[in-house]
Amino acid sequence: MSDVLTLLLEGAKPCADHLANVLGKEKAEVEAELRRLEEDKSLLGWLPVFNPEKVEDGRVRAVIEVKISPEREGGFDRLAMRIARFEEVESCYLMSGGYDLLVFVTGKNLRKVAAFVSERLATIEGVLSTSTHFLLRPYKEQRHLLVDETEVVDKLPVSP
Amino acid sequence: MSLDHESFVARHVKDLPRSGIRDFFAVVSEMPQAISLGIGEPDFVTPWHVREAAIFALEKGRTSYTDNRGLLRLRREISKYVADFFGPEYDPSSEILVTVGVSEAIDVALRAILNPGDKVLYHEPCYVSYAPSVTLALGEAIPVGTKPEDGFALDPAAFEAAWEPGCKALLLNFPTNPTGGTANREKLERLARFAIDKNLLVISDEIYCELTYEGEHVGIASLPGMKERTLLLHGFSKAFAMTGFRIGYACGPAVLIEAMMKIHQYCMMCAPILSQEAAIEALVNGADDVARMKEQYHRRRDFIVRRFNEIGLSCHSPRGSFYAFPSILSTGLSDTDFAHRLLREAEVAVVPGTAFGEHGANHVRASFSPSYENLVEATDRIARFRDDIVPEDAAAAV
Repeated sequence: MSDVLTLLLEGAKPCADHLANVLGKEKAEVEAELRRLEEDKSLLGWLPVFNPEKVEDGRVRAVIEVKISPEREGGFDRLAMRIARFEEVESCYLMSGGYDLLVFVTGKNLRKVAAFVSERLATIEGVLSTSTHFLLRPYKEQRHLLVDETEVVDKLPVSP
Repeated sequence: MSLDHESFVARHVKDLPRSGIRDFFAVVSEMPQAISLGIGEPDFVTPWHVREAAIFALEKGRTSYTDNRGLLRLRREISKYVADFFGPEYDPSSEILVTVGVSEAIDVALRAILNPGDKVLYHEPCYVSYAPSVTLALGEAIPVGTKPEDGFALDPAAFEAAWEPGCKALLLNFPTNPTGGTANREKLERLARFAIDKNLLVISDEIYCELTYEGEHVGIASLPGMKERTLLLHGFSKAFAMTGFRIGYACGPAVLIEAMMKIHQYCMMCAPILSQEAAIEALVNGADDVARMKEQYHRRRDFIVRRFNEIGLSCHSPRGSFYAFPSILSTGLSDTDFAHRLLREAEVAVVPGTAFGEHGANHVRASFSPSYENLVEATDRIARFRDDIVPEDAAAAV
């Protein structure tokens, strides 16, 4: 794995100046590496990690377990991609176990998500069933704990 | 007439100097906004699964004393860990003692082996407790300097030159706090021959051994003929980020471990059981955590060493530990003045090198354990501070 990518995965800010400084490289070299990662699609994009409870936009998130019929040629891929292309879908995974796809969906409100499931998702030919779970409260988001912990950090400022 | 409390303090304690770190700590504590590169512990919090193991043990009511030597399961895991990574095999039933950190292990080891007046050779700059621990055990500590031009690595010739009648032990710490100096196999073999020739016991504090960035860490006890004359001291504070758990251990010949255990049982009874439970979890499932933290320390080391050299503070690349030890000679300040002025004027805390013995003069210890953001900001401030105190023409001449 490239050292730029490793650093980003550790949570470093995606700023070429900062990355170059930390890694002891030229800024241009880091920018070239970021371009290469984007071009070969190792790096798909940038998204900030929000605390949904602080960003009160009223959006509703749901996780949907979807059973689908595999096809003679292509297995689950065509249907999975058809579902994944919807704007409402944040993530879509083929799963082992009791269902086939796990689909993360967001909508402006509960009605919008419900409409997406019942009118779009469930009506696709090949979708056998859906089971929708609405997210109630987040505790951890992309490795960030969201619940205020009264963690007292009182390390000695100088120690032997 | 008021009581003269001083008269009750034992002479050898009264004569013991306060740690230079302690004095500096008092100053830094008044500046909570300062960025501290003065911490002698990991910036990482203990991995959650290790903390969770301690919570689980607490929930299960495991709150009793343990065997003085430590839980047998922990000693078995220690035996396996040491044999797998850097040492010989030790018998968990008789050759391992679990202690309250390596600090207790050092104290107990010295008290177990020293008669009044026995001499101990140790390398300097070094961890602050070595010489005082020898003194408190009524021994005589003899410092042996390591050199900046060698990256403060082990210098067996210096030990040989410093030997004098009455020497009983060598006290080693490689990788070294505060210099990051290490000891390669060739030099350790020469030191081992010296120890055998002079019939010296070796007390080897290898607390930073997992944090060796170049080459392999060689435990002196693993060299031929050395297991029988080495007390290997190690613990969980650094590699597993468990400083507050206060858990360490000593491995060595059964007779010496038994002698140490006698002191340990009367003054400590046993290490806290919750810390022992956490230590088991760390050894069984913590290898990935150690690797992850080591990788980050490695990159932070490369960054801080590069920055110090760019700034004009000559800095060798520490091969182990998480400390850089740059020279501040080019500033014309003493290490103590440098640290105090840097704190006051740039709000960055580093530790004066003389806090680690006179051989640390003209250097400061800067931990590269803190986050990148803090390292970047701290080194930028140090650069501005140096530019302010060193005229450009003088800097160019350095």
